[in-house]
Amino acid sequence: MLAPTAGPWRSATVREVAHPHPNGVVLRLEVPERVDHLPGQHYAVRLTAEDGYTATRSYSLASAPSDPLVELYVEELPEGEVSPYLTQAIRPGDQLEVRGPIGGWFVWDANGTALGLAGGSGVVPLVSMLRHAADVGRPELLRLAVAARTLDRLPYADELTAAGALVALSREDGPAGRTAGRLLAAELAPLLDDAATCFVCGSAPFAAGASDLLVGLGVDVSRVRVERFGASG
Amino acid sequence: MAQFGFVGRRRPPRDDLPPGQYDVGADWPVLTAEVTPRIDPQRWTMTVDGLVEHPQTWSWDDLHALPETEYRGPIHCVTTWSKFDTRFAGVSVDLLLDAAAPTAEATHVLATSTTGYTTNLPLEHVRGGQAWVVWSFDGQPLTRDHGGPVRLLVPHLYFWKSAKWVTKLTLLDHDQHGFWERNGYHDLGDPWREQRYQGD
Repeated sequence: MLAPTAGPWRSATVREVAHPHPNGVVLRLEVPERVDHLPGQHYAVRLTAEDGYTATRSYSLASAPSDPLVELYVEELPEGEVSPYLTQAIRPGDQLEVRGPIGGWFVWDANGTALGLAGGSGVVPLVSMLRHAADVGRPELLRLAVAARTLDRLPYADELTAAGALVALSREDGPAGRTAGRLLAAELAPLLDDAATCFVCGSAPFAAGASDLLVGLGVDVSRVRVERFGASG
Repeated sequence: MAQFGFVGRRRPPRDDLPPGQYDVGADWPVLTAEVTPRIDPQRWTMTVDGLVEHPQTWSWDDLHALPETEYRGPIHCVTTWSKFDTRFAGVSVDLLLDAAAPTAEATHVLATSTTGYTTNLPLEHVRGGQAWVVWSFDGQPLTRDHGGPVRLLVPHLYFWKSAKWVTKLTLLDHDQHGFWERNGYHDLGDPWREQRYQGD
């Protein structure tokens, strides 16, 4: 599977802005001459100051390829340079410079069974996978396990819960009556089933812990694809 | 296209920051596409093969017996962070290539990691004091997350070229895409020319 690659910078128009969480924003963009992405890919967003200074960061897409708009979820990092502007200042009708789609490894085209394992805002690329699986009528190909401290730190919590994702909250009891606590290997084992590929996305510590869980369950590392993000926002 | 009200969180401007990059300060973000391996240095080896007169394999101890050299300076990640004043120690790739003696046909290098990760480099970009195989950072053993116990270091190119957990350099007479290059990233990756993606 050859993933589409980034074209030139394009001036997108912000069509919808939603704040489902105090520290996060959903931006839905109309991208001219858009190249459709594969679930799991990301876009770069570039902000330019009046004097020409620029700052660029990457954000995962939550939308399915079939969506007429491109949906980004941006979590505000307290010391961030770009994310606070995106979460606080962007309004519908604004123009935003974007480039994408980017990344050809952490992608899933509903071309085999998969397990998605994400922490916090790492769920965003899995949401794109989830929506795409529904679009192509193959929801059974994808199993999801997502983790966060509390439900209000989990983007797309309702959508993920409705899709049957295992939701593991470490600091409060979960929606399906799960007792607060870290995600356990015993919970993950039944989801593994025959998943051809495991997609792990989250902070560096989350990705390390989740990878260890999978390897501990006997998953060969060649089946695990990892996307980590650090505090670089 | 200026973004109304956007100022940015700027550090003092510096001439050694390539276009589109920002100074990450003391942080060192971890970006890895695979499960971080646990490597026993005593079982790890470094090989130079392909178009060479004398294919060579070094053990951990063999490599440490070679003269250690240091790199001090910046590193640049394609995700737009740059980190300044880094200090890595290891062995110059020049020494390894000199021992293996690339043939006249060799033009490119494919670096391979224990994980199967690969990345391609023109031979001229890993010779002449531009590339190292390193095992320490700031005087401490390189941590697993950052490629420990040993990684390639090619600091004048974007950092995905500096393959973590490197185990082999293969000399080729053509350019052969590595892991990220197959996935849309640039063949050379010169930060000063902003060669992030294929076509840049």
